[in-house]
Amino acid sequence: MSWWTPELAAIVWAMFQALVILLGAVLLGAALTVVERRLLGLWQDRHGPNRVGPFGTMQLVADMLKIFFKEDWIPPFADRPLFVLAPIIAFASLLLSFVIIPITPGWGVADMHIGLLFFFAMAGVNVYAVLLGGWSSGNKYALLGAMRASAQTLSYEVFMGLSLMGVVALAGSFNMRDIVNAQEGFWFIIPQFFGFATFFIAGVAVTHRHPFDQPEAEQELADGYHVEYSGMKFGMFFIGEYVGMVLISALIVTLFFGGWHGPWLPPILWFALKTGFFLVLFILLRAALPRPRYDRVMNFGWKVCLPLTLINLLATGAVMLLIGS
Amino acid sequence: MTTDTVDTQPRDNPGSHPEPGLLDNFREDIVHVQPTLAGMPVLWVRRERIVDLLRHLKEQPAPFNMLYDLSAVDERLRSHRHGLPDSDFTVFYHLLSVERNEDLILKVALREDDLSVPSVTSVFANANWYEREIWDMYGVGVSGHPHLQRILMPPTWHGHPLRKDYPARATEFDPYTLTVEGQDVEQEAMRFDPEAWGMQRERDGAEFMFLNLGPNHPSAHGAFRLVLQLDGEEVVDCVPDIGYHHRGAEKMAERQSWHSFIPYTDRIDYTGGVMNNLPYVLAVEKLAGIEVPDRVKTIRVMMAEMFRINSHLLFLGTYLQDLGAMSPVFYTFSDRQRAYEVIEGITGFRMHPAWYRIGGVAQDLPQGWEKLVQGFLDWMPPRLREYEKAMMENALVRERTRHVAAFNTAEALEWGVTGPNLRATGCNFDLRKQRPYSGYENFDFEVPLAENGDVFDRGQLRIDEMRQSLRIIQQCVNHMPAGDYKADHPLTTPPPRERMLQHIETLITHFLQVSWGPVLKPNESLQMVEATKGINSYYLTSDGNTMSYRTRIRTPSFPHLQQIPAVMRGGFVPDLIAHLGSIDFVMADVDR
Repeated sequence: MSWWTPELAAIVWAMFQALVILLGAVLLGAALTVVERRLLGLWQDRHGPNRVGPFGTMQLVADMLKIFFKEDWIPPFADRPLFVLAPIIAFASLLLSFVIIPITPGWGVADMHIGLLFFFAMAGVNVYAVLLGGWSSGNKYALLGAMRASAQTLSYEVFMGLSLMGVVALAGSFNMRDIVNAQEGFWFIIPQFFGFATFFIAGVAVTHRHPFDQPEAEQELADGYHVEYSGMKFGMFFIGEYVGMVLISALIVTLFFGGWHGPWLPPILWFALKTGFFLVLFILLRAALPRPRYDRVMNFGWKVCLPLTLINLLATGAVMLLIGS
Repeated sequence: MTTDTVDTQPRDNPGSHPEPGLLDNFREDIVHVQPTLAGMPVLWVRRERIVDLLRHLKEQPAPFNMLYDLSAVDERLRSHRHGLPDSDFTVFYHLLSVERNEDLILKVALREDDLSVPSVTSVFANANWYEREIWDMYGVGVSGHPHLQRILMPPTWHGHPLRKDYPARATEFDPYTLTVEGQDVEQEAMRFDPEAWGMQRERDGAEFMFLNLGPNHPSAHGAFRLVLQLDGEEVVDCVPDIGYHHRGAEKMAERQSWHSFIPYTDRIDYTGGVMNNLPYVLAVEKLAGIEVPDRVKTIRVMMAEMFRINSHLLFLGTYLQDLGAMSPVFYTFSDRQRAYEVIEGITGFRMHPAWYRIGGVAQDLPQGWEKLVQGFLDWMPPRLREYEKAMMENALVRERTRHVAAFNTAEALEWGVTGPNLRATGCNFDLRKQRPYSGYENFDFEVPLAENGDVFDRGQLRIDEMRQSLRIIQQCVNHMPAGDYKADHPLTTPPPRERMLQHIETLITHFLQVSWGPVLKPNESLQMVEATKGINSYYLTSDGNTMSYRTRIRTPSFPHLQQIPAVMRGGFVPDLIAHLGSIDFVMADVDR
């Protein structure tokens, strides 16, 4: 057994972890489609999908089978390469961001020094999915959706980055594990409440979830940028959105709610519980709120959130200097 | 009863003459004053002077400021025309004055070889669509019309459907076929041509986007097409395109007996159920001279108000849905289910009960109906309060709706807007108060009003109206008069059955009325009601037959849609969607 070195074992173990996290994220995203419909049903005085399997638990399987076998139609007027590329970007970019999430002290894919910056980069890439998808569809609704998406993302990515700088300053690192470890005593939600509030808003906007689903806006744009997509290409946009939800929830937990930290329960459960809480919050938002007009969304981003993050960053810096001196 | 026993000479009724002094300058232009049962003066005037006449009436101190309706009649086959001016086609203009609470119908006689009227769009903006409709349906030309094109039928259509020589049944046509080439022609005819509407394709070197909203679009509320001229997301202009839901209800009325047309009325405003029966049976009863018992009146009011609530609940759910709120529509639909349980228990049907009859209603109220209705009356008020708390008081809803797509009373009247949309501008005009029918004068209720005439007001007002409707229904429950559910009158259809098996005379009448239908005296009658979406009326012309000679169905949604461009120019796409949601229209009500 001379080839079985500790280095190789570490590599295999890391790959195994990565595979489990990858599958976990995708399956969780897929399962969320059903969970969301059941929860919405619960809140809206109706049943939701409850026919396939006991309590509708097999709905997910049925949906997956269906979407895999659907005709994968590309409109003749579409720009083919971009049309195919867009859902891949949508799905892959947010999924890749999972590598930076430390799930428990022992679990996590990559322990990067630039952790958070990697997420920002991937969120930036994600815009291209909507932009290219909307543009290449050759559909006016899709184009309007893409237009809204680019405007919205431009506005919201700016302060999304800034909203987390307070956390980075407190932890003194971009590395996610350092950030979690820095929260052992107290969670960053306490000193960084405004950071949390703005990041949560930006997170909803980045995943195009209601009420910031302006690029889709069913009532206005008839599903906007992905209106021409069908089959698994649509599926990738669709699941991509839920993967985004999981990612943002996991990030919120990691950055503001102490990650895996918590008494009595094992770290993995704490992480899952906290993430689940924010996932449900995402769904509740959709059930509860109407959609603001999209120019107001821009205004809100630039005139409220951006100044708020800047003030938050300044105040954080000032307090740290005071305490440090 | 056969036609030769019918009194063929309509008698002069009070209210058939215009107010003295009103039309003094036009004495020579009034050719004939026609006595009818319409309850308003009907004047035949010279075609050349119609525009001046309308302008004169609109400029009165208490003006006739709404062109309520404009349509035509093909008179060529009408046999009972005693004393009426010679006419092959008659165009009529129905004016309404809110201040006077009075109406006036002006008729213009046309010869077949000179089939044209001058356009009155310069006086009333909303004449535009009505004039297109008479061109489409009758082939009556309109000189000076800005855009005389078919409106309900496709542009490729041949013939004018409401002409008497145009067949009413599919069996009178060759079987329909559609070839690939034919399909291409039809598709091409649908292509929007901005130049034809006087629109620019670009401004300052930047091209506009022309966006087809509909006929299939989640927020178009049915098969409704709106072509938007967009600069970014700003609506520079838009062109509504209707007719996708046209079923020829007015044509069908000319081949159905007076009785068997009732189920068709249910499907005009398909969310209004028996509310649609009401103006029709009231107009028929005027022609027949039937006075219904108080119990019938009260039952009719109760069921009509049930449907008003039902329709407003549908409105509320979809209105909030159009603002992006996903959940309320499920709550209002579960409320509607409760309403339907009551409606089903009483009428036996849900959406389209067709339950009113000429001279009564189909059955008496079932045993225990009070408990059923009371259950609904107790259920609704807290729910309405909940909708207000959760939605109408929500900051996002307010931000989306306040001062959005607002118009004032003058604009509303100019465009023929009626009902809650008119009252949202602060104009206190509710026919249930102003011109009570079916016993509304006996009820104690208020007419909710608002001020700004914006999307918010149109939503909130309907919640307030539901409260008033509940109040009316409560009074029906508390004070339901005893008596028959059908009038004791020879023209009541179907006649009361109880005596039928004992008297041969009653049996014969019963048989004739059920097989042929009742024969109504030649005359014209009109009944307007405050329907769920605005004023709905049936203008019936009887030629002494078992069928209507002409049934004009004036629906509120038609002018409401025509107004959209005037309200939306300069707005944003989301505002347009909010406005569409707040109008409360169904396409069946627009296209008929």
